[in-house]
Parts: sequence; structure tokens; C-alpha cells
Amino acid sequence: MAGQEQQQPQSRDTEVDEDVPAAPPAPAEGQASAATQGVDDLLDEIDGVLESNAEEFVRAFVQKGGQ
Amino acid sequence: MTSAVPGRPAGLSGGLPVGGAMRVMGSETEYGIHAPSAPGANATMMSARVIQAYAQVTRQRAAGGAETRWDYTDEEPLHDARGWTLERSQADPDQLTDQPPVLDAEAVALAYGRQELEADGEDESGTLLMNMVLGNGARLYVDHAHPEYSSPEVTNPRAAVTWDAAGDLVALAAVRRLAADPDLPPVNLYKNNTDNKSVSYGSHENYLMPRTVPFGDIVRGLTPFFITRQIICGAGRVGMKQDGSRPGYQISQRADFFETEVGLETTIRRPIINTRDEPHATADKYRRLHVIIGDANLSQASNFLKFGTTAMVLSLIEAGLAPKIEVHEPVAALQSVSHDTSLTATVRLLDGRRITALDLQWIYYEAAAKHAQDTGVADAVDGDGHTHEVLERWSATLTELAGDRAAAASSVEWLAKLSLLDGYRERDGLEWGHARLGLVDLQWADIRPEKGLYYRLLARNRMQRIVDDGLIQRAVTEPPSDTRAYFRGRCVSRFGAGVVGASWDSVIFDVPGRGRLQRVPTREPLRGTEALTGGLFARHRDAGPFLAELLGLPPGS
Repeated sequence: MAGQEQQQPQSRDTEVDEDVPAAPPAPAEGQASAATQGVDDLLDEIDGVLESNAEEFVRAFVQKGGQ
Repeated sequence: MTSAVPGRPAGLSGGLPVGGAMRVMGSETEYGIHAPSAPGANATMMSARVIQAYAQVTRQRAAGGAETRWDYTDEEPLHDARGWTLERSQADPDQLTDQPPVLDAEAVALAYGRQELEADGEDESGTLLMNMVLGNGARLYVDHAHPEYSSPEVTNPRAAVTWDAAGDLVALAAVRRLAADPDLPPVNLYKNNTDNKSVSYGSHENYLMPRTVPFGDIVRGLTPFFITRQIICGAGRVGMKQDGSRPGYQISQRADFFETEVGLETTIRRPIINTRDEPHATADKYRRLHVIIGDANLSQASNFLKFGTTAMVLSLIEAGLAPKIEVHEPVAALQSVSHDTSLTATVRLLDGRRITALDLQWIYYEAAAKHAQDTGVADAVDGDGHTHEVLERWSATLTELAGDRAAAASSVEWLAKLSLLDGYRERDGLEWGHARLGLVDLQWADIRPEKGLYYRLLARNRMQRIVDDGLIQRAVTEPPSDTRAYFRGRCVSRFGAGVVGASWDSVIFDVPGRGRLQRVPTREPLRGTEALTGGLFARHRDAGPFLAELLGLPPGS
């Protein structure tokens, strides 16, 4: 029954997209800019941690009932 | 052995300060389990392997084996708090939790291979080890198709966070052990509550209450609170509806799986208020309120508020001071609150008013704060040492949720997860149905610090710590000092070989030289503490003399 969940047709290949940490979208002030930079760093780190095939990995996570 | 206690006649009455956040409580976590390299593996077998792996870890730690079989004598899963007992024949098989689960030999052999089973997989009676009592007083076992850690009894929300988080380290130790075994597929464990494919598994809380409080008062007082407390302690979920088929993000992992207001079941027709009446204590004095509606929390701040605010609302109910609020159609309201991450939607009350979840939480906060001040437990200096912090964090969190969500994201789990997901959505232009967002949600709850996204945020101090890492590590092996869990845990650690079974309300000894098993009942949760039994443990290294003094038996008889 692990099949039909992630019915997201438009999903691109889920391997890491190499986005350069480009200019953050319209930071309003220095503080927000620093925060955005922090988020970019964080996402870069997490890109390297995420399981490699998102679609397949999520689909295969099938649990039996619990309480 | 009618005395209800381990330990000598208690000088202490054992009462905790009333009116605030202190009370006997505990957590249960069923972990999601997944072996990516063995997708068809039997979940119950994999769960048994997890227990087995931890048994191997503790065997290394304590010569003699710091693991003990569970004693099922006092399990009563079919007792209903409303005053009746469900006929066994009427019960769903999942409700029969008072019997050890049976694995047939074929399934065992399939998963283990025979010689491994013979070498290490059996305990003395020839059954696969499915159930352990740990040296920290907790229970680790296979529940349905998941490994479950049930924390030892504690007396306050900070300790609840500590020993719940210790369970994640127990689970991690088992995962590491399995990963190091070249003959077994690695197993991942997730501290979450759904697979997003129609299945949910629980994270439960337990609170000790006086039996004199009418159950109807509990239902009325808690329901509006439970509908809305998710805004401070929901873990967040990618996907709407039980099967996650509608793209989106919601506050609670569990909300979409609740179908009724009050009931006995925990695996089907899940109720907002669960009526299982299995006190694991002196039944005419206590009830154990079994709360099944919460999300499993990795965020320490969310977990702290989950236990602390709920304990305070129970104090209000006991005092007859719960806000008089009735929510129209509670199940639908629960889900509409979960589905509204803007926190602007309103729920309708029976009197016709419409209020937001935040407003409703403020009403409970005000009532709880007043009661705690009136009873003196909320004082920063002279209070009970816990209630003040609960109130401070509760009000600060509600304030931040209304005005500074970026600040709240370092403590409120669903917001922390949402901010990470929003980062991905913005950077990569992802829609809610994209598989990578589903993966972020799942991997948020991976208990391995190098893979779990919660732990990545924690490492960057983007999540608040409430308890020092060292204290959590210590709680993996040390029991709380101020409940009967101290006695249970110490017995298991100290007398491992002489303890043949234990449960919440008993420890069973098999001591050489004594003809039969000695069952020590522990039916008073606030006895068996370090204060009451620490001296006994200090005086005796061996189980025989220990038992003799405890039970007043002639030495060596």
C-alpha cells in the first residue's frame, strides 16, 4: 500500500538542486539580511543531510497502526 | 505483603504542592520505525530488534544484565473511567495490552536466523525479549508495531522533559547498535506520529489525579484546552487529512486522526479525552489520566509547556476553577485550529461567541495563574520551583505567537519546522505537495543528531535548550529521585540478576535461598523515593539482605 501517496506530479528530480546562495530576496534591513543569511547557511547544511531520493524515501516510510 | 510500599513506614505524607504544575506524570513515545534497505521487513520484528539491541547495550553496561521482564499482573486496559469495564469479547485486539505480545517461531526465525536466536535472542523462558524495565525506571517494549519508551514517573514538567528526552537517547543507542551489526539492516527511528498514509501512532502523557474528581469535570475542563494547546506544543505536519492527500501544512501531527470526543479506544475512533482507567496505583485513591491527543515533541520548550500547562489545568479542574467554556463540535474545532497556521481562525462556543485559539489559551492562562498565585505555588522564590517558570513561558509564548513569530520559532516546534520548510519553499520555489518538503517533515524527527533536522537546528542554537545535555544523558541510566521510579530503577540496576520482573506498581525478586518469588508492590507513586529508600540501597549490595530488611523478614530465612 506504499504507493499512491506523494502524488505530486510536478516534482522535479529530488536530488540536490545546486542553488548558489544568491542575493536574498529583498532584505528590508541589516538584521533581516543576517537572518536570511543564517537560513541560507542552514539550508545548505541540511541539503547535505537530507536522504538522497526524497520521493522514494517518503513513499517507503509506511507504518503499521499504533495507539 | 499488604503494605503498599517499598521502604519503611513513611514519615512523609508524600504530597506534592497543589495548585500548580507539580504532579506525578510521565510520557510514552511510540517511535516510527523504518529500515530503508529492507522495505518489506516486519515492523513488529524490527521493533523487537530495537529492544534486543538495547538489551545488549545494557548488558555491556551492567554485568548481570540491567534488563528485566515486564509483570503484566496489574494491567487493566479495559477499565473505563466512566465506571464500567469493556467485555474482552467486545474489545479490539489492539486494546488487549495486558497480555504479552506473541511472536510465532516462524516469524522470529525469519527475522533473526536460528542460531542468533539461540545465542542471544531469548531470555530464560524461551520467549523473545519484547519488554524491558530500565535502570532509569522506564519501560522499553514493543507496542503493536512500534518500539515504545515509557518514561519513569516524575513530579514536574522539567523532569518530564528530561526523562522523555532520555528515551530518545535510549532509542539512539539501540539504533547505533543495530547500525554496527553487519548482519542486520540499519533501522531508523522517528519521533513523530504519522506516516502520512493514514496511520498514526501515539505519544501519550499520564497524569496522576485524585479519584474523587468527577470524570465529567475532567472532560468539560480539558476539552477546550486540548483543542487549543497545540498552538504551543504541536509538532507540525506536512499534509492534510489522515492520508496526507491534501497538500498543506498544519500545526498538529495528530489532530486529523481524532474522531470522537470521549472514549476508551486508543487505536481506532480516537477520542480527545481517553477514558482508560488503569491507575497503576492504589485504585480507590488515584486515577491515571491517560492523554492521547498530544504530539511527540523534540522541542524541549514545547514539551515543557505540554506537560506544565496541562498539569496546571488539571489543578484548576481539581479545585473546581476550570474556565466555564464549551466548544461547539470539539472534533471539528480541533482540526480547524490545527489547519490554521495564521492563528486567526475562530472556534464557536456553545454560547454563540467566537474566539481564537490564542484567546482561549489566554483564558486558561489567566485562570491557572490566578489559582497558582492564590495557592502560593507560583512565587518565584517561595513557590514550588516549577509553576513560576511554566507561567512565564506560557505567557511569553502566547505573546510571541501573536506578535513575534520569529522569536517563537526557537521554542514552538510547529513554527520551527515551518520556518525551515518556508526556507525551502522560498529558495527552491516548492509547492506544499513536493516530496522534499515531506522529507523535511519526516527527517525532522530522525533521532540521530547527524540526520535529524531538529537536532541540526539545536546544534546551531536555533532551538532553545531547557535541560542541559548532561542531565539528559544522566537520565538514561539514573531514575528520578522523588517517585517510586527510584526504587524500581535502583532495583533493576543494583540487583539485575535477582529481579525477574517489574511493572509500574511492582518489583519481583527471585533471590537464592528464598523458596519463592517475592513480589514487592509499589502502589504509591510518591513512595519508594531516594529519601525513603536511599539508605536501604546504601546498606545492602545483595538482594537477599536488602529484601529481608525491606520486608521485615528474618535474615536468610
